Amino acid sequence: MATTQRTKIAKLDMTEIFENHGRSRDNLIPLLQEIQEHLDYLPPEAISRVADHLGLSENDVYGVATFYAQFRFHPPGRHRIKVCQGTACHVRGGGMVLDAISRKIGIVPGETSPDGNFSLERVACFGSCALPPVVVVDDTVYGRMTARKTEKLIEGLE
Amino acid sequence: MSFAEIQQKAGRSWDRFQSGETPRVLVGAATCGRAAGAMEVMQAFQQGCATDTTLTPVEIHEVGCLGMCYAEPLIEIRGPAGDRVLYESVTPAMVPDMIRNHLGQGRPVAEYALCRMLPQEYGHTGEHIPVFTDLPMIRHQLRIVVRNCGFIDPTDIDHYIARGGYSGILRAMDLGPEATTEEVKLSGLRGRGGAGFPTGLKWSFARKASGSPKYVICNADEGDPGAFMDRSVLEGDPHAVLEGLLIAGYAIGANHGYVYCRAEYPLALERLRTGIAQMRANGLLGEDILGSGFRFDVTIKMGAGAFVCGEETSLMQSIEGRRGMPRPRPPFPAHAGLFGNPTNINNVETLAAVSAILEKGGPWYAGIGTEKSKGTKTFSLAGKITRTGLIEVPMGISLRTIIEDIGGGVLDGKGFKAVQTGGPSGGCVPAKHYDLPVDYEHLAQVGSIMGSGGMIVIDEESCMVDVAKYFLGFTENESCGKCVPCRMGTQHLLRLLTAIADGQAEENDLETIRRIGDTMKKASLCGLGQTAPNPALTTLDAFMDEYLAHIRDHRCPAGVCKALISFAIDPKACTGCMACAKVCPVEAITGSKKQPHAVDQQTCIRCGACRQACKFGAVRVE
Repeated sequence: MATTQRTKIAKLDMTEIFENHGRSRDNLIPLLQEIQEHLDYLPPEAISRVADHLGLSENDVYGVATFYAQFRFHPPGRHRIKVCQGTACHVRGGGMVLDAISRKIGIVPGETSPDGNFSLERVACFGSCALPPVVVVDDTVYGRMTARKTEKLIEGLE
Repeated sequence: MSFAEIQQKAGRSWDRFQSGETPRVLVGAATCGRAAGAMEVMQAFQQGCATDTTLTPVEIHEVGCLGMCYAEPLIEIRGPAGDRVLYESVTPAMVPDMIRNHLGQGRPVAEYALCRMLPQEYGHTGEHIPVFTDLPMIRHQLRIVVRNCGFIDPTDIDHYIARGGYSGILRAMDLGPEATTEEVKLSGLRGRGGAGFPTGLKWSFARKASGSPKYVICNADEGDPGAFMDRSVLEGDPHAVLEGLLIAGYAIGANHGYVYCRAEYPLALERLRTGIAQMRANGLLGEDILGSGFRFDVTIKMGAGAFVCGEETSLMQSIEGRRGMPRPRPPFPAHAGLFGNPTNINNVETLAAVSAILEKGGPWYAGIGTEKSKGTKTFSLAGKITRTGLIEVPMGISLRTIIEDIGGGVLDGKGFKAVQTGGPSGGCVPAKHYDLPVDYEHLAQVGSIMGSGGMIVIDEESCMVDVAKYFLGFTENESCGKCVPCRMGTQHLLRLLTAIADGQAEENDLETIRRIGDTMKKASLCGLGQTAPNPALTTLDAFMDEYLAHIRDHRCPAGVCKALISFAIDPKACTGCMACAKVCPVEAITGSKKQPHAVDQQTCIRCGACRQACKFGAVRVE
């Protein structure tokens, strides 16, 4: 995992991303988003290059990046499992689904499995409240989930 | 091409879409439809139609959400005889039947049908299929904001224009900026993001403010868990919102607009990008729009996952590339907003109403609703309700009509306990207020708020302490930490509510909750902290007995709070089918086949999987 990520960083020519963004501060969040889109997370090198480009301190850039839930500072797993914890999902058993996945993979939300296969996140709401509980795996939305259905879904990914 | 020519071209394209000449399949492909499997169904239609050589060529379209999310995936078939039938809960297995009978032979499959979209009866259907507008979920609705959702192809600007779109901006330009603002004032429209401030008045502040350039922002950072109105509108009819933003820009004299949309809504973002490109191609953005000399452009800003950025001053900080923390007001954004310049912020639903108001007139809109709450409001119905979905109703309609008639009542015939409105900022309206007219004033009277329009129905199996704890868990996590009352207050409230749920609290803790809540309301910097105690305070008022059961008797009457419950199997109801034992993650269930099972309380982790798996209701919560 770590090696592929490093290759990805080496391969990505961030110059193009930087060329598409000016040097004013309002480019900060779009820049971080675009880099994460390519690398799946924000490595220290990216932070320092963003800081250089915008004439900000790395401290300042980290300050903004860590404020927002979207940004990650460690590589995520090969499959990203996001479990909705919105109100509708909560009252229809979203917590049970999250616990079941957590038990199945053996990690808690915010962690990546040691083999790098899965990472688990809890998300406040996907706005698919009419089909609770909702689980999102690698950008595909699954509605009306149960603990059992989710376990089967994960087995299919392994 | 002049706008009149664009309208003519759009009209022709819409007429083709509506006419029965080409058979069509319309797939409800908004996020909720996709989550229910709409894309697999669409694929089945594509393959099925391609391989059936006897068919007249069929066109397949993606459309937005009709709001009947409980029946997703929804498919409309426009058959060769000009008939239009909507099918519910469609699976790929049903598709061959629908292709053969409906698209092939013009015979709708009554068994799968939800309704007919047109009132005409078709003799050959044989069985009665109800009409769309007669459906109980639709009959009470008045669709203004979601006027096009599910009816048009959201990626085709022609459809929007043909249904009256962009005639609002045309009329605004005839009226001039001042009269446009007056028109919005006349409509009585109030901000639909939650606070309910009169929109026209807000515009006039930004209009009169000195300083340039001015900005308009569309707040599409719909962060309330349980709310998805804005997502549905953006996915199903992006131009309704973009036209509203253009009108706002014209009225206040701003040449630049932003749409701040949350990253969790990828499809809404895609629709916005497409919409903006189409506006540009049709001369609705750029220099000299519609020959008026007015110049306007729009930038999309993607949110980065912070609930507090729905608050206007935080949102602007975020656009500027800073931590999204609020600041005290005044100065209000109308005077010193984005980059320190005069700025007007409106929410998605507000702007979608604006485009309709300018098209049809302020007095028309003011004729709908109640004295102080004009017009319509969208609500997302979710939680323990039969027909989940997105609805739009005139203000003043009763809670009972919304839940019983439109929503089909509480799920599985359970008892109605409360409805949570307004998300983490709102409160719980208990069953005794079932006949409450739903508008800004009446919801405030019972301690809740309209908010952005999330309605979560709570039944007798939901614990009110757990609901309050859930919301405080959310606000505690999302509090930005800038001001002490919110940062510390949410932490303390969460700690106290957790103690109650665990059976570890004392009665005087309830007084502490009230005291902290009161301080937070008065002293917090922004709306997040000022309203965060509401879920706790309103449940405390209406459901004191439940709180006391947790504290005095260490009992959770609804059977939810894990520390206070245990699962047991009723030997009389148990058939020994082993279903529960198979799903138990910790092997706490023992018993052999066809013999009643038992739960080992020491091993049980109270996950509830056995209860969900039992088909005979044998697993009881004690």
